[in-house]
Amino acid sequence: MKRDIILAGVGGQGILSIATVIGEAALKEGLYLKQAEVHGMSQRGGDVQSNLRLSSEPIYSDLIPKGGADIIISLEPMEALRYLPYLKPDGWIVSSCKPFVNIPNYPDIEQVLEHIKAVKNHVLLDVEVLAKEAGAPLQAANMVLLGAAIPMLGIDHDKIVAGVERIFARKGEAVVAANLAAIEAGFRASRL
Amino acid sequence: MKHLLLGDEAIAQGAIDAGLSGVYAYPGTPSTEITEYIQLSEKRKGDEAKDKIFCQWATNEKTAMEGALGMSYMGKRALVCMKHVGMNVCADAFMNAAITGVNGGLVVVAADDPSMHSSQNEQDSRFYAKFAMIPCLEPSNQQEAYDMMHYAFDLSESLRTPILLRVTTRMAHSRAVVETMDTPREQNALSAPENTNHFILLPAFARKNYAELVEAQSDFVQTSEESQYNQYTKGSNPKKAIVTTGIAYNYLMEAIGEASNTHYPLANSEASILKITQYPLPKALIDQMVADGAEEILVMEEGQPIVEELLRGMVPSSVAVNGRLTGDLPRMGELTPDSVALALSPHSEASNSPLPIPELVVGRPPALCQGCGHRDMYAALNEVAREHENAKIFGDIGCYTLGALSPFHAIHACVEMGASITMAKGAADAGQFPSFAVIGDSTFTHSGMTGLLDCVNSKANVVVLISDNLTTGMTGGQDSAGTGRLEAICVGLGVEKEHVRVVVPLPKNMEEIKQVLREEVAYNGTSVVIARRECIQTLKRHLKAKK
Repeated sequence: MKRDIILAGVGGQGILSIATVIGEAALKEGLYLKQAEVHGMSQRGGDVQSNLRLSSEPIYSDLIPKGGADIIISLEPMEALRYLPYLKPDGWIVSSCKPFVNIPNYPDIEQVLEHIKAVKNHVLLDVEVLAKEAGAPLQAANMVLLGAAIPMLGIDHDKIVAGVERIFARKGEAVVAANLAAIEAGFRASRL
Repeated sequence: MKHLLLGDEAIAQGAIDAGLSGVYAYPGTPSTEITEYIQLSEKRKGDEAKDKIFCQWATNEKTAMEGALGMSYMGKRALVCMKHVGMNVCADAFMNAAITGVNGGLVVVAADDPSMHSSQNEQDSRFYAKFAMIPCLEPSNQQEAYDMMHYAFDLSESLRTPILLRVTTRMAHSRAVVETMDTPREQNALSAPENTNHFILLPAFARKNYAELVEAQSDFVQTSEESQYNQYTKGSNPKKAIVTTGIAYNYLMEAIGEASNTHYPLANSEASILKITQYPLPKALIDQMVADGAEEILVMEEGQPIVEELLRGMVPSSVAVNGRLTGDLPRMGELTPDSVALALSPHSEASNSPLPIPELVVGRPPALCQGCGHRDMYAALNEVAREHENAKIFGDIGCYTLGALSPFHAIHACVEMGASITMAKGAADAGQFPSFAVIGDSTFTHSGMTGLLDCVNSKANVVVLISDNLTTGMTGGQDSAGTGRLEAICVGLGVEKEHVRVVVPLPKNMEEIKQVLREEVAYNGTSVVIARRECIQTLKRHLKAKK
């Protein structure tokens, strides 16, 4: 088993929480893991990414080579495209379709989405709406996206759910329930 | 026990388990998480626990280095952490700690930032180890980083020298599973040095110490040669050899592993490999590589081409040494699995060329947070500056450096910690009017106070704006050394009391702030305007904690 995942988004959107849950589940599975993160200046509303590598064999490089990523999971559609050179030809893009506009020259969103749709394997979701429909707060939108990526992760749905339960346990039952609802909403939506 | 740790956290846990008594540091990306991890682990221990580890932030890297040397002097194990440019700030203490030597183990961690993800240059801290003539460690992965801390403290005590441990961004900020020891080592007992002359660097004593340090160099080399952390493997085609340092080894292994997937057909998988993670360079291993027939050596190192240059003086001139200087690898920036794979097989085409980034994708530079006080400070300053034909604003290092970008385009210079005040002074000395400095509260206490004293002493006509958000913001909100005492510090340094002004940077106060700035521009002398409002990020955290 080997999965190379690029997590993308804008600083503050919560990509590292996605990585934390996948990491927790992967460790429980006894997988090797490496996860390179961005800290510091870019976190102030700039583009951020994390390279997450899972494997049943030892992993050397902290970074994913170009053309090596199985999945790009992105909380922002233009940010998904920024890492296209890293995607395998048959790799998946799982992305929020809602633009995060904090720059004056953000491109036409329809064209951005067209570029994502041009990639053979893609899932585009309005994670904020799905979170709301599931009765989860806006902050749980990242868990909707994670739920949508479960079929491609190579880790069972139930193992991810257990990961969410362990990670959020100290924040109380209500928070766990909201995040689980978000995971399920994303999981269902990506399988439609 | 197995833990998922950042490289920085592995270093911290390694130091704790090696019997650490104190960590001395100033925050700086990518080193900050080392000290934060130790602080959190101390907090969890509780106040009554014995063997507390000192872990309060220092005012700057120099005071940190000196504090650690003092703790080492008393026989205890001390750790100093900083980002690469912090090495410049502590260089005086660092260089001379190599001359005094240590009593308790002393390890200095420098976190370099090649590609300048969050820095103003990509200087390579290994030069400092060579400069000071002390051993340097450069772990290749998180487990090694953990293990090496124990080794580093033991080595420091057995060789009686400080040890520099150098990491780069991708080591510092990448997580992996680390196996830690079950029983941490006890802290050292308090014990002053037997021979204090070693720590008194009068020329007569210093000459003797320096001679000992020079004498010890061959021991340091031998230690490197015998170290488990340096490994030489003869290849099936030993005419070709590859030397890696630190994490470059991982990219090499990745390329060799991927070769079977034909992503990059690999020409060099039969080469000899010398993996270096301890310096000075292990001469015997290099001699062996040459004796085995190496004709062409490819050097892969993260940072500046220091090993590449050194090797040229160590191998016969008939042996080609290639790397960043010859263009086989990029001259600057961090290595990547791609640049390393390409260096291994430069003449082959990648079998499946990657997808391009669509042209419509634009850059998304970082920006000041919405609601940040620096924004209101810049809005007011820009308006007052525009009332003059040729105002100059000297910036400094912190979140507010982002004032250089859209929409403010406010600052005209930003060089290093503290330079805003002294450059504004130099400009005023040269005849510039008005001359502004913009500096954050933490940067002010780090390196701005001495410059302000220079201003006062020569009655420099400058307006110093301290944008006080009550924290060290850019690195995530660490304690700031002067919080609550900035006015007293400025007055203490000699700024006239009526020219130390305080404003609250909020849109509703815009007219008042501009008026204060105008009055202080009109004053022919040194003024300080403190724009004080809590960082929006730490405010959110504090409100959340209260709930």
